Amino acid sequence: MLLIKDLTVKFPSRFGDFSAIEDVDMTIKPGEIHGLVGESGAGKSTVGAAVIGLLQSPGYVANGTLTLGDTDLRKLTPTQAHEIRGNRISMIFQDPQTSLNPLMTIEDQLIETIQSHSDVSESAARKRAVDLLEEIGIKNAAQRIKAYPHQFSGGMRQRAVIALAVSTDPELIIADEPTTALDVAVQSQVLELIQRLAKERQIAFMLITHDIGVIAQVADRVSVMRKGRVIETGVTAQVLGKPQHLYTQALMDAVPPLDRKMGRFRVPDADDTAPTLGDIAENWLLEGQQHDLTGMSLQNLTVQFAAPRASLFRKPPPYVALDKVTLNIKPGSIMGLVGESGSGKSTLAKAITGLVTPSSGTMMLGDTALPFGKSRSRHHPSRQLIQMVFQDPYSSLNSRHRIGDILTEPLWFYGFVKDAEEREKLAASMLALVGMQPDAVTKYPHQFSGGQRQRIAVARALLARPRFLICDEPTSALDVSIQAEILNLLKDLQTKFGLTILFISHNLAVVRQMADDTAVLRNGKIEEVGETHAVYTSPQADYTKSLLDLTPVMPTSWQT
Amino acid sequence: MIDFVKKYEGLWLFVHSPAAIVAAIVAAVILLGAVFAPWIALVNPYDLASFSLFDGLLPPAWLDGANPKYLLGTDDQGRDMISSILYGARLSLVIGLSALTIAAVLGVGLGLAAGYYGGRFDAVVMRIADVQLALPAILTALLIDGIARGILPAAIQQDLRVAVLTLAIALSLWVNFARTARASTFVQMNKEYVQAAIMMGQHPLRVMFVHILPNILGPLLVIMTVDLASAILLEATLSFLGIGLPADSPSLGTLIRIGMQFLLSGEWWILWIPTLFLVMLVVSINILGDFLRDVFNPRLR
Repeated sequence: MLLIKDLTVKFPSRFGDFSAIEDVDMTIKPGEIHGLVGESGAGKSTVGAAVIGLLQSPGYVANGTLTLGDTDLRKLTPTQAHEIRGNRISMIFQDPQTSLNPLMTIEDQLIETIQSHSDVSESAARKRAVDLLEEIGIKNAAQRIKAYPHQFSGGMRQRAVIALAVSTDPELIIADEPTTALDVAVQSQVLELIQRLAKERQIAFMLITHDIGVIAQVADRVSVMRKGRVIETGVTAQVLGKPQHLYTQALMDAVPPLDRKMGRFRVPDADDTAPTLGDIAENWLLEGQQHDLTGMSLQNLTVQFAAPRASLFRKPPPYVALDKVTLNIKPGSIMGLVGESGSGKSTLAKAITGLVTPSSGTMMLGDTALPFGKSRSRHHPSRQLIQMVFQDPYSSLNSRHRIGDILTEPLWFYGFVKDAEEREKLAASMLALVGMQPDAVTKYPHQFSGGQRQRIAVARALLARPRFLICDEPTSALDVSIQAEILNLLKDLQTKFGLTILFISHNLAVVRQMADDTAVLRNGKIEEVGETHAVYTSPQADYTKSLLDLTPVMPTSWQT
Repeated sequence: MIDFVKKYEGLWLFVHSPAAIVAAIVAAVILLGAVFAPWIALVNPYDLASFSLFDGLLPPAWLDGANPKYLLGTDDQGRDMISSILYGARLSLVIGLSALTIAAVLGVGLGLAAGYYGGRFDAVVMRIADVQLALPAILTALLIDGIARGILPAAIQQDLRVAVLTLAIALSLWVNFARTARASTFVQMNKEYVQAAIMMGQHPLRVMFVHILPNILGPLLVIMTVDLASAILLEATLSFLGIGLPADSPSLGTLIRIGMQFLLSGEWWILWIPTLFLVMLVVSINILGDFLRDVFNPRLR
């Protein structure tokens, strides 16, 4: 049983010691899955690292007790700590790709781990390794064990990592975002496996994640962290169902539900800027609606990429990223596009914006055909009418440019405003419109948080006076409360200015909140498309059904 | 306060790095000495009237038989060593810096374009770079020197020696810039801000120089310092081998070549003092380069 009491971890810095976590209390009983949830920077991972004794230098445990069974984890010599790691405490990391050695077979890695912790012969270790893989749910384990990590799929790899973690019969496993890099189908298998191991082997799990749905599905108890402190802890149904603390309540309000559509998220609006500051930008945008609502229709759009050459004499068959996609986005509506990674969602966005050249099909913006890829001239009107909000707000703004320069670029580039001073004024007003302080124009992107940067990115897109906006996973790099703010903002702007939006996301719950229509993409093919409510409540395609079934959800009764 | 310090992170690291401080001081002293050589040097080594053969082969001031006027002694022509070195460093730095500028403009331009366009253009540029890399710098210099001798009229050949040398050095250095710029550009091309600029329909030159270039300056600056040291060394090597500058307008390399004649004759200072000076200059520039690399690459800290 793991007992944490008053745990404080500090990182010395030039400006005095910085406490990453403070006075954290937690107990995890054998066989219990203890969820640890919070937004980025809350100190979740630091708790796990402190327990396993792998705090990043120069961090140190400043105070508190850490005991596993009757062992005081703080009093261990480095050698003893090394023995405890792996033997009694194991760890599962986020990315199975990097936590396995690509040059060793799964078998060698398992045998190495088993033998380094217990004194057994190689054949006995091999037998145990095969048994383990079978237990973990890899069929045909005796043969598959000879494979290298790259020959496994993502889910199999994460299973192999879990096999490594349990191979030494640990009492406690720390799982740090174990399913974040996985698609929903694989995620649900891995979560099931964790639950089974906890039950059958009586292993205590510390499950660190930002995904409240995952916690709701598997955790027995949960601790909510914020700014290095545990704010609320208890039985999962209790904490998430009847949150006592204001922060937990706000967090729960920000989680998009899968089973119904909410009007807006209940979040406090970010900056309380005077509403009139955004008037200039709002009027400018409204007067720019010289075009009517503009829809987009795709007919049999096919995108192929050259596959890597395997032979000198033959061209390999091309890889089909999009296979005869037909999609009609009604003017002034939001089309949601969901699919797992690799399904071709982003390729579709790139084809529309001209970054990728389709091999056949047609694209119509309103009633003009869009030229493909490189054949679209630099001055084609669609370059202004179609704008995009990208996934990663940390790379979508040029870090060497002032916010003012970033925002005024579309204004002079498309020739909207000739006067430099007026451009700056309009940019500042646009910032107010998206809920930021107008004086941000003088600053640089690194001075803002992810959510603020995404607001700036939205402002940049709007300053091109677009009629068609592509949002490619606009919130998947953001914390859930920030996500709610950005989604609210996009909704407001869409109603105000009648934009047509293609909203791409892997998160079905988010799409449900945003989209009028939803299309489900899989392996470059549209599996199903229809009105959002219909797709979610009576899905036609089996694939849609399984996606909906596998997405972790909270019991409806928990939500207020 | 924290914001202020973060903004001047590089300065903070600098103040806490003794090696960088010493290197910066040495480099600054040499640079100033070279720039102001005509005003601070005792004699002008290019002006035959300003020194006398009678002062030849005087040892440094702390040895017997020295003339305290000549702190580091004189060479066989009676030229003050300090003056020769200052004027030599001046020439070396002028050649090094101009070669570096040419190499940087050429290499960064080609590298950016190769990274931006990719495909066939990239392949052609990089194969040229590979060929260039396969030729030793000295061979390139000999080649250019030979061509210059062949096509230029004899009258202006002497005047153009510096230009020929600079071009030869620049040609052997641009590859570094091109490769670094290309690799960094590839990384930036996948960033969404570049895609946004391309999507807008901005001119490729604007995307390259306004959007991408500021973001890849860090690694390029490091290459610049390291290559400045290489350029100076290369110039010294070429002059030492006699391909570079003639004895009447000596750079550091020429001084070392002249000194070679006295290696075994007891007048060791004629060889060792310019050599030590060159080593100090190159090492201090390299230390500064390493320091810059650390500043720009937080992972190495």
